[in-house]
Amino acid sequence: MSEDSRRQFLIQSMTGVSAAWLATSWPEIAAAAESSWGAYNGSSTQFAFFTSAQGATVEAMAAQIIPTTDTPGAREAQVIGFIDTALMTFAAGQQAAVKAGLQDLDRRISAMGAASFASLGSAQQIAMLTSIQTTPFFRAIRDLTVMGMFAAPQHGGNFNKVGWKMIGFDDSLNFHTPFGAYDV
Amino acid sequence: MQKYNPSDEVDFVVIGSGAAGGVMARQLSQAGFSVVVLEQGGWGAFGHEQDYSKDELSNRYPADVDKLISDPVVQRNTFRRNASEKATPGGHNYGCVVGGGTVTYGASSWRHLPWEFNEASVFGGMAGTGIADWPVSYEEMERYYTLAEWELGISGERVDTPFMAPMSKPYPLPPQPIKSSGALAKLAAGKLGLTVIPNVAAIITEPYKGRGACINCGMCSGYGCQTKSRSSSAVALLPDAVATGKCEIRANCYVREISTDRSGKVTGALYIDKTANNREVFQKAKVVVLSANGTETPRLLLLSKSARFANGLANSSGVVGKYLMSGNGGGASGLFEHPLNEFKGCVTGAAILDFVPNDVKGRGFYGGGRMTARGFTSPIAYGLGGVHGAPTWGVDYKKALIEQANRKMSLSNFISQMPIETNCVDLDPDVKDAWGLPAMRITSTSHPNDMKAVEFFRDKSVEILKAAGAKEVWADAISDSRGGAHSRGTCRMGNDPRTSVVNKFHRAHDVPNLFVIDGSSFVTGGRNHPTMTISALAFRAAEHLAAAAKTGNVKI
Repeated sequence: MSEDSRRQFLIQSMTGVSAAWLATSWPEIAAAAESSWGAYNGSSTQFAFFTSAQGATVEAMAAQIIPTTDTPGAREAQVIGFIDTALMTFAAGQQAAVKAGLQDLDRRISAMGAASFASLGSAQQIAMLTSIQTTPFFRAIRDLTVMGMFAAPQHGGNFNKVGWKMIGFDDSLNFHTPFGAYDV
Repeated sequence: MQKYNPSDEVDFVVIGSGAAGGVMARQLSQAGFSVVVLEQGGWGAFGHEQDYSKDELSNRYPADVDKLISDPVVQRNTFRRNASEKATPGGHNYGCVVGGGTVTYGASSWRHLPWEFNEASVFGGMAGTGIADWPVSYEEMERYYTLAEWELGISGERVDTPFMAPMSKPYPLPPQPIKSSGALAKLAAGKLGLTVIPNVAAIITEPYKGRGACINCGMCSGYGCQTKSRSSSAVALLPDAVATGKCEIRANCYVREISTDRSGKVTGALYIDKTANNREVFQKAKVVVLSANGTETPRLLLLSKSARFANGLANSSGVVGKYLMSGNGGGASGLFEHPLNEFKGCVTGAAILDFVPNDVKGRGFYGGGRMTARGFTSPIAYGLGGVHGAPTWGVDYKKALIEQANRKMSLSNFISQMPIETNCVDLDPDVKDAWGLPAMRITSTSHPNDMKAVEFFRDKSVEILKAAGAKEVWADAISDSRGGAHSRGTCRMGNDPRTSVVNKFHRAHDVPNLFVIDGSSFVTGGRNHPTMTISALAFRAAEHLAAAAKTGNVKI
């Protein structure tokens, strides 16, 4: 991809930011996007917003918010990459709440004598998240997880459209009747 | 596109490019007049062959240049229930792009019924409300409805029923397909004796006037149409205006004042050019047409106060901004055994019409509404909104997401709000918008009668969903309107300058060369799908205005 077309692609993939902001922040965004793409592919733990430890925590949280069952969950949808990019772009306003929430979560985990949130058993993770589920931090991660599950795959999550397949959504551009089971 | 200098005195400045502004720009430029359209929103996809996408995330968080709907943080507004409350930040928004609200609206295009123009005479008024007759009758309006339907491209089915207005000509295009939600509504209708017909919509179902038919892509209301099949002002009206060589559209131009001279006539519009460092520009004009929507129109008149018009422009009556009527809802949802796939096709499904007319004795309240069938359409909104009877995250959340997505049908209802003098748009005394101008303040509490209507439609929705065979049904929580779509009534038409803002041809009673045409002109709300009536009023006003201008009656 040429530098210009890559730049164009990245601009198109950035949402909720003004053209003026993009112009002044361009080098940082490009660098951030490059590194977070590495994370989606599993080839790197470099995030744009998170440290690798924070990324592991948030990925484990997302995997409890939409768990893997007999169908793929947030982990398989690679929602963590979406969340990382989101916090650098349209959800940048939630950075402070997320940072503070992660610090608070770390304190709680340390108080339990555990190494990390991700290292807890599933029941302990659920109990921990239940205890913080009304905080702005949890709400932000919950909403970003849901968005990452159901946004178009070009935004980083919904890998292989697993989120859409889960709820029977078809993103085809046009449809013909009958649409459903009752209008045949 | 034709360009004019701001210092050139053009025949008409049209403020707003939506349902009314688009009609005015097209009809006046086609009549040979010079027209400048000022639109505070951006260009959107105007003039592009490739139109909008259905990327839900980008639609939710658009870049500034891609915004289609106003942002309550920028186009700031406040809300309060009554005058004794301090207003708090509000979420009111409206279409804000070349083409206005018609670019993203649900496209419902119902005519008012004949008696919706003279409810006071037919039913008598009601204490505590401003129910009054319009200064125009359905008989006068009929040919403008027909004109609007054929010029814009409206699809629908002409049905001989007292629940629909009589039509001199059928719709130009056949109706949209009945979706599964509509088929279920019909199933219930068979048992309950109800009338269900496809939505009447500004969506073309066959090629029409150089545009392609709807491809049933889904993600319709709230999104720009990717095939130009929604008959918006931006694709059905404004290109014709530009093609005359007499009309210039200026996007990103936010009008802050309609200026007047010592004689009390308007001289043009003072606007902020957002693409030129917010430079202020004055466009001279012989006549100003104000079509900025039911909330921004009264706000601009109030912002345009002067020594001569101390109470706001065209406001000697004191009713500018008053009698605000917004939409009210109330409905229910149910789960069915098999997939409905409501994400295919237009969001707004079939309509149940039986409760449109008044039946005060039978139902215990004045007014009525139109019920519409619909379902799950946008994955992110669905996931964020949560699921019925389940937590907001975890295994049970996921299970419910899967079970409910494609098996849910909702009945959403569109109910008229009474005109009440104390429900209003005015200027917030403390809060400013992003340009330092007084923010819009909305004050609104529905009449108790209207809340009875909401309860009626909620209960009726439950009954219909059960009759359709839903396995589980739940009712929406009852809530009163907080503004939003379908704002009407704030510059009401009338014959009496003491109680109305504009006359029957939309000329301001106080200002001979100012015309106000949009949802603000409404006297009573109708059954809450206002756009087709706005379009028809505009075609009528434009015909009158062009004729008046040619005979010198507005000094062109």
